[in-house]
Amino acid sequence: MDTVIEICYFLAAMLFILGLKRMSSPLTARAGILWAGSGMLVATLITFFWPGMENYLLMTVAIAIGGVAAWWSGRKVAMTNMPQMIALYNGMGGGGAGAIAAVELLKGDFHSDAFLTLALLGALIGSVSFSGSIIAFAKLQGLMKRPLRFAFQHHINLVIFALALAAGGLIIKTGDTAGIGLLIFFALALAFGVLKTLPIGGADMPVVISLYNALTGLAVGVEGFVLDNAAMIIAGTVVGAAGTLLTQLMARAMNRSIGHVLFGSFGEEHGEEQETVEGSLKPIDVTDAGIMMAYAERVIIVPGYGMAVAQAQHKIKELMHVLLDRGIDVKFAIHPVAGRMPGHMNVLLAEADVPYDRLYDLDEINAQFPQTDVVLVIGANDVVNPMARSNPESPIYGMPILNVDQARNVIIIKRGQGKGFSGVENALFYADNARMLYGDGQGMTGELIQAIKQL
Amino acid sequence: MIEGFTALYIFMLAAFTGYEVISRVPVILHTPLMSGSNFVHGIVLVGAMVALGHADTTLERVIGFFGVMLSAGNAVGGYVVTERMLEMFKSSKGRDKR
Repeated sequence: MDTVIEICYFLAAMLFILGLKRMSSPLTARAGILWAGSGMLVATLITFFWPGMENYLLMTVAIAIGGVAAWWSGRKVAMTNMPQMIALYNGMGGGGAGAIAAVELLKGDFHSDAFLTLALLGALIGSVSFSGSIIAFAKLQGLMKRPLRFAFQHHINLVIFALALAAGGLIIKTGDTAGIGLLIFFALALAFGVLKTLPIGGADMPVVISLYNALTGLAVGVEGFVLDNAAMIIAGTVVGAAGTLLTQLMARAMNRSIGHVLFGSFGEEHGEEQETVEGSLKPIDVTDAGIMMAYAERVIIVPGYGMAVAQAQHKIKELMHVLLDRGIDVKFAIHPVAGRMPGHMNVLLAEADVPYDRLYDLDEINAQFPQTDVVLVIGANDVVNPMARSNPESPIYGMPILNVDQARNVIIIKRGQGKGFSGVENALFYADNARMLYGDGQGMTGELIQAIKQL
Repeated sequence: MIEGFTALYIFMLAAFTGYEVISRVPVILHTPLMSGSNFVHGIVLVGAMVALGHADTTLERVIGFFGVMLSAGNAVGGYVVTERMLEMFKSSKGRDKR
C-alpha cells in the first residue's frame, strides 16, 4: 500500500506542476485547473488508505463541513468579491498547516531537533498567514474600514515576533513540546499576523494577499518535511516560490518594495495636512459626455475598483459595442494594480465578454494617451493620479500611473467627491481637460449608452 | 524519511520549478493564477488527514478536526473560485475565434 500511496503522491505533484504551467497561458488555463484538481482528488482519496489511521468518522465529517461550506461560498460569491475569498481560503490553508504542526508538537515524537525546528517554523508561518489572511479578508469585505495605526507599531510587532522566536527556541531547548510554552508560541504567532496586517491600507492588499499565499505554500512545504509527505513538500514549495515571484511582480508594478508594504506607512499622515490642488471640479451632464464620446476618434476606457463595486462591467461592454458601431477605436487601459488584485479588471472584463486583445497594460498604452480624444475613467482613482509623477510630497509619489491627464478630454464617472482608497487627493479631477460625471457607475454608463444611441 | 541534503535538494528544485513555471505569465492571468496556486497548497489537506488519523488525545482530535476542516475549505474553495474565473476566459476566447 505504501508504494501505491507514494505513486499517487508522485502523480499528484506532477499534475500540480503541469497544471500551474498550463494556468500561466490563457489558452490552456482551464485545462490547468482540471489537471491540478485531479491531482488533488487522487492525493486526497489515497490518503484514506494511509497505514495506521483512526478517526475516520471525524475526518469525513470535517471534510464534509469544510468542503461544503467552501463550495457553497465559492459558488455564491460575486466576481467582485473574489479577492477576499482568495484571502479567506488561503487563511484556511495556513490554519491547516498550523493545526498539523500543533498535533505533531503535542504528540512530540520527533526524530531530531531539525524536525522539531521545522515543525515550529511551519507552525509560525502558517499561523501568521492564517490570522493575517483573516484580517485581509475582513478589510476587503468592508468589516474593517480604516487601517489601524498606533505609535511604535512596528517596534511592538518586532518585539512580538522576537518573543515568538524566543518561545520557539525555548521549546527546542527544553524539549517540552506540549507545555504552556506551545500555547504562548501559537498565541504570539497569531497575534503577530493580526498586528502585522492591521496597519496596511487597502491599496496594498493585493501584495499582502499574494505574500500570505506564498507563506501558506511555504508552511505547507515545511510541514511536508515533518510528515515525510512528498506531495506536500513539492506542492507547498512550488507555490511558495511562485507566490513569491507573483508578489514581487505586483510590488514592482506599484513601485514599492515588499519591505515598504510591510513596514512603510502608506497614507499615514494626510489626515492632518491636506495637499492643496489647483483648479476646481467641473461637472458634466450625460448628454454632453455622450456627444463628446460619440464624435471622438479614439477612446480609452480606464476601469478601476469602482467598476467592480458598481458591477458595471456588462454595461461597459455594451458601451464599447455602441462606440465600435460608430467606427470609434476603443481600447481598455489596465493598470496592473487597478482593483484589489493584479488582473482583477481583466477577470471582470473577461466575465463581460470584452475580448482580451482590447486590453492594454501600462507600458503599451501610456504613449497613446496624447493622441486620444476621450478617456473614460470609471471607478479608478489612485492609478490615474498625476501627483504620483509631480508631487514628491505625495504618499503615492513614484508609483507608475496611467498618464490619463495627457489625453485631450477626460471624463470621470464617480459616485461622489470622496477620495481614493489611499485617501489621497487626485489632481486629475481638477485638471482643465477633466470633467466629472457624478453617479453610480452602472447607472451612468447605461445613461451614456442611451445618450450616444440617440445621436 | 527524507532527510538532510536530499531534503534540501528537493526544496531547491521545487522552488526553482515554481519560479520558472510562472515566470512568463501575462498580467491578465495574475488573479486566476494566484487563486490557482492558492488551490494547490490545499494539498495541506492530506497532511491534516494524516495528523487527525494519528491523533490520540481529545485535544489532538479537536485540533486535527479543525485542521482537516480548514484544509478542505482551502482545497475546495480554491478550486471552485479558480474554475469560475477561468470559465470566463473560455467564453471570451470562444467568441474571439468566431
